[in-house]
This record gives sequence, C-alpha cells and structure tokens, in this order.
Amino acid sequence: MAVVTPAARAASSEEDKELLISGSEAVAEALALADLDVVTAYPIRPYDTVMQAIAKKISGGQLVAEYIVAEGEHSQFEIVKHASTVGARVFCGSSGVGWMYAMECLVVTPPLRVPMVCLVGNRALDDPGAFGVEHNDALVVRDVGWMLCWVDTAQEALDTTLIAYRVAEDRRVFLPLAISADGAFLTHSQALTMVPPKSKVDRFLPRYDRGDLLLHPDNPITVAPQANEDWVIEIRRQNNEAMGRAVTVIEEAYADFRRVFGRGPENPWFEEYMADDADVILVGMGTISLSLKVAIREMRAKGKKVGLVRLRWFRPFPTEKLVAALSRAKAIGIIDRDYSFGSPFGSGVVANEIRAALYNSERRPPLVSFICGLGGREVTLEDVYKAADMCFAAAASGKSDSKTHWLGVRE
Amino acid sequence: MAETTTFTNATQILEPFRGVKRVTIEEYFTSGHRTCQGCESALVMKLMVKASGPRTIVLGSTGCMYVANTTYYTTPWVVPWMHTQLGSSGSAALGTAAGLKALMRKGKMKSESINVIAFCGDGGGADMGLGAISATLTHKEYNSLILLYDNESYANTDIQLSGLTPFGANTTFSPPGKAIRNIHTRWKKNMAGLMAAGHPECRYVATVCASYAVEMMNKVRRALTIGGPTFIHSLDPCPKGWDYDPMLSHELGELAIETGIFPLYEVEDGQVKYYGKTKAIVEGRARKPVREYLLKQGRFAHFVEEDLAYFQAKVDEMWDKWEIPAVVPFRRLDATRTALSAR
Repeated sequence: MAVVTPAARAASSEEDKELLISGSEAVAEALALADLDVVTAYPIRPYDTVMQAIAKKISGGQLVAEYIVAEGEHSQFEIVKHASTVGARVFCGSSGVGWMYAMECLVVTPPLRVPMVCLVGNRALDDPGAFGVEHNDALVVRDVGWMLCWVDTAQEALDTTLIAYRVAEDRRVFLPLAISADGAFLTHSQALTMVPPKSKVDRFLPRYDRGDLLLHPDNPITVAPQANEDWVIEIRRQNNEAMGRAVTVIEEAYADFRRVFGRGPENPWFEEYMADDADVILVGMGTISLSLKVAIREMRAKGKKVGLVRLRWFRPFPTEKLVAALSRAKAIGIIDRDYSFGSPFGSGVVANEIRAALYNSERRPPLVSFICGLGGREVTLEDVYKAADMCFAAAASGKSDSKTHWLGVRE
Repeated sequence: MAETTTFTNATQILEPFRGVKRVTIEEYFTSGHRTCQGCESALVMKLMVKASGPRTIVLGSTGCMYVANTTYYTTPWVVPWMHTQLGSSGSAALGTAAGLKALMRKGKMKSESINVIAFCGDGGGADMGLGAISATLTHKEYNSLILLYDNESYANTDIQLSGLTPFGANTTFSPPGKAIRNIHTRWKKNMAGLMAAGHPECRYVATVCASYAVEMMNKVRRALTIGGPTFIHSLDPCPKGWDYDPMLSHELGELAIETGIFPLYEVEDGQVKYYGKTKAIVEGRARKPVREYLLKQGRFAHFVEEDLAYFQAKVDEMWDKWEIPAVVPFRRLDATRTALSAR
C-alpha cells in the first residue's frame, strides 16, 4: 500500500499537470501562477476569452486580484497603467479596433516605463466587420516602445506569459509587452498543455519591484511632467536603449526558463523548421505555421528543400540572428498576415522589415513577398505550394520580382 | 497612521478645520508652477492638498494644471504626483486605488489609508473624461476623489469652449462676429447634479469655490473621509479665459455664487445641503442680477440686453422651477401635478 509521505507530496507538487485548454485559457493559467494583482476587462472578440477565464479563476478562488470591468478600452488600459505605477503586477488585452480605441493609452505606456503585459487576440480591423485574424492590430504599436511577440500554441502562450513578466518587469527593461495570439485559431482552439506548479514559477519569476519609480507617499516623485524640447529627445533615447537591453534580458529569461521548467526553445527569437538545408525558406508569424509545416513536409517528400522560419519576436527585432538564418537560403518567401497600403512594393509589414534587415547583408537572397489569410481566411496547402514555387523560380533566376503576391484571393 | 499588516479599506479621518486659524500651515503644493497671475485653479490645487495632507497621491489629467503647473525639474508637488491622459482622471483614480488595494490586501505593501485624488479640468472632466469618471463613481470598493477644476474653457490650449463654458462666452472657438453674435448657444452642463443623480452609490458630491477657502478644504476632507469614489466640482475664475483684471478672481468667485449662477452645495448619502450664500438664497435672500457678474468679464462684452435677459431667465429657471433648486433640473412635482390636472 502506498503511503503518501510529506516528501512525496512535495515532489508531486513539483510536477506539471496536463490540461486540455485553449490559448486564452493557457494565458489565464499563467496569470494565476504569476499572482497577478490588477486586471481590467472589456469585451471584444476574440481576446476576451482570456478575461472570461480569469473571472472564473477569481470567482473560484484560484487567483486573488482586483478585477475591474472597464467602460471602454481607453479606461481599461489607463486603469492598469496607473495600478502598475504603485507597484501592482497588471494584465490587460484587446483585439482589433478595441486595441485601436486604447491607442492613446498604448502610446503613453512605454515612456512611463510601465511593464504592462497584454494579450492581443489578433483580429481584422473594422470596417467591414470581421472576427478573423490579421496582425495589423498589434503591429500598430511597433514604433512606440512596445515589445511584441507572436505565439503559436497554447503551451507557447502559457510559457511566454511567464517569460513576458520576467522580461517586462526587469529593471533594465521596464517596457510593456504584448503577446499576440491569432484570433480563433489559437485563442479558441484547445490543445493539451503542461501547466507547471507554482513552486517552479516562483523560482523563475521574481516579485515586481518598481524601485525608485514607485509612486507612493514614501517616495514622493513627480511622474511625467511637461518636458518639451528640453528633455524629450533624451527620454526617447532612454526608451530606445531599454529596448536594446531587452535583447539580453529575453535571452537570459529563455535560458532560465529552460533551466527551471525543462522545456522551451534554445533560440527565443524564431522557430526553425527544416530550415537547416533549405533552398527556400518561408517566413511567417503565428498559427500560419501549421499550414506551412504540413505543406513543407509534403514538398520535402517530393524532394523540394523548403523550410520555415516562424518569427516569435517582432520587437525587439532579431535582426542579426534572422539575417544569419535567412541569408544562407537561395530564396526567401515572406508571408504577411497583414497589410501596409502604399508601402514599398506594396508589401506587408514583416516583408519590408526583413528587406530592411537584409540591406547591409553581404548575402541577400531574392525575397518574394506574399499577403495571405487576411480576415481569418484559411491558408491552404495550394497557397503555400504556389508561394514556394515562386520562391524556387526566384532562386533559379537569382532575382525576385519586387512585387507583392496576394494568395487565395478572388480575382 | 495606523501600523497594521492586515488590510483595511478604511479612509483617513480628516476632521473639518474649525476656522481659518486652525488650518495646518504645511504646504504640499509650493513654488515651481507657472500659472498665470490671478489663477484661481493653482489656489485650488494648493488648498486641495493642504486639506488632504501628506499621505496622498495626486493624479493630474492634461490641462492647465498639468501643462502650466508641472514642468520637469520645477515641480510644485511635495506629494507624489503623476500625469494622466486628458480623459483619464476617472481611470487614474480607479487604477491607483485598485493597485494600492491589491498590494495591501495581499500583504505586498504596508497597509495604510492613502488618499487618492485625481483632478481634471472642465474639458477633461465634463467632455472627454465623463465616461471614465462615471464608471469610477460606481466602483464603491475603491476610495478616491475626483476634483474637477472648472475654468470654463480649454484654457491651456488657447481658450476654446468646453461643455462647461457658459452660454454666449467669447472663446477662440466661439468668436462673436458681425453675422453671428453668439456662436456658442449651449447651456452649461449641470455637472455636480449629474454626478450625484446618476451614481446612487457615490456617497459624496460637492461644489466648491476657492473664494470660500475653508469651506472648500473641508469638503475635500469630507470627500476623502467618507470613502468610496467621490466628486467635487470647483468653479475657478480665470483671468486669461474670462478676460478680467487678475486682482478680481476672488470677487468673481463670490459673484458667481451671489448671482445664483453657481450654487454651493453638497450631496452626502443623497441628502442635499446648501452652503454659505447659496443657503441664504434658498432661504429667501435675493439673488444679485447676473449682469453684475457677466459685465465684469470681457468674454461677455458683446452681450446685448437680449442676451443678458436670456441668461437671467435661465438662471431664474434653476431656482424657481427645478425640483431641487439649482441641483436637479427636473421640473417641480407640484408644477407637474398642476399641468396634469389642467389636461
């Protein structure tokens, strides 16, 4: 007969438990483990499933936090911004035009050095109405000091949420961080997910310490006075330097995550799938990787050497590592699930970022730009085969056509 | 201050100052601000934090009291102070109070009562920030005070009209011209009444004017003591926006009360209490004619008799026809009954 000793109990509390949960629920599991202090909710699909999951955790007693239902996204983000300045660990999130409604607050959060962590359930911007995924919502803050990353699975959503607090709340960084999860495909899709015990999380994630920036009567500072031309450029420069330091902090955090939890990628910045020997590398962000990986396996079976780079981190942008990974291919194809009307070559945001990153590289393989899957449209295997064929043609000729190809669109 | 490790939602007990000589001498808003000569709002800031004391966090939304008041390296604030966005005074108060409460209740911060005050101007409060203030006034578990300093225009950005600018006033967005004398034809929102009537669980709403400084400070102290979200509307004469000699700020504040244009009252747990000269008016003292107030200000210099008569009639209505005079604009029930029986 088995006897449960205190030691055995302690050991079992060290074990992960496996749950069948959605991407949003996985984030909520991480938030409970991170002992979140203040969270604000406002409904918009599809991100709001995370708030539903948090509300259940709070009413069920698994999380003690101030849970505030705001009267709009502007207030939703302002409330947690202020809660963070008095030392609270905060969480927020939105989707599509909801994220846009909060735009003023999104802009002021990085210069205040507030380490807010958010979930963006990526959604097409109105009008016309669409619930499906596009990445333009999160990308709108790419220039103003938000760290941005994209996750692909519920497990990655959970793990990245813990890593996000570790990175954002590091005094060397103190910048907000938005985790993007493709609407419906990840926010609502369930997968078996390992949920770690609190003891491990406590070893990985220290308490949020606002230090000398704490707004409190014992530390009577004035925050964000009028600075004007006297100081604004220095403050912008400090923001930029914090984003630069985030590179090191992210690498440290992933290494430590692997040490404590025994899983997670060695390369935080992007996932490489059959990319080592690939002639053609396709690049995408988020759940599009599923279509890409299936198509790549099919193409590999026919002898076509195709690989994938799934970009996790967009800000800070992993310029050098990405250039090193991509420049060894004979051609690269960037698949944007976003648009940037009137941009160079009419390309999406990711394609032009990678073009810019490659500009100073000695090896610049032909780059073919694609826009695909907007509004949540399915990315089919045929779409991917077509893209890969165009990339192989570019590899053969050594030249790309400087156009942007829309895949899976009615002509 | 109580040294306790268990969380309490209690407030600081701030007894009223019994007369001007009993007011504490410590200042928590000092030199460094760059407001105009005769700026009544700067006085409101000074009195507000004098009343609240040192264990206070102040959040300031965009407006004169941010832009002119709080410059990097010359802050006048002795207490911790933080900027918030123009429409965010409600959210700033709520977020700060919620953050403190979370940390204290979870034992991550020493538990004590810290006053949270968010201020906004008339534009930030009655226009852009109305929704957020309204939401905050329904969150009864978080203690905060929202103080609206009303100088009756977007005075920092060049004197543009707001939802609290009086009828007909000359602002840069409502200049009188040959074709149209009064571009601005809207009547001022009844802000304090709106807040009191619309938020049944907000325990304290008051109007103040810094011309009556001790009363003003005591209302701030009452708002902070009673707990939950509270709201104070302060009328602040503005030499630049109203166009008068800066030495007259105090007198104009008095005239606004004596003419009955701006009533001084509080609503505590639903009970209306009139103050000072407003109370005297309620008890039968004659109101001064509004022209005595209006014609001292350049912003009404284009007014003709017809405008003065219209303004007077609207103010008369507040006192003669409102269910609760100068507070709740519903018509009196007896008038309603007469109308119904006549039909």
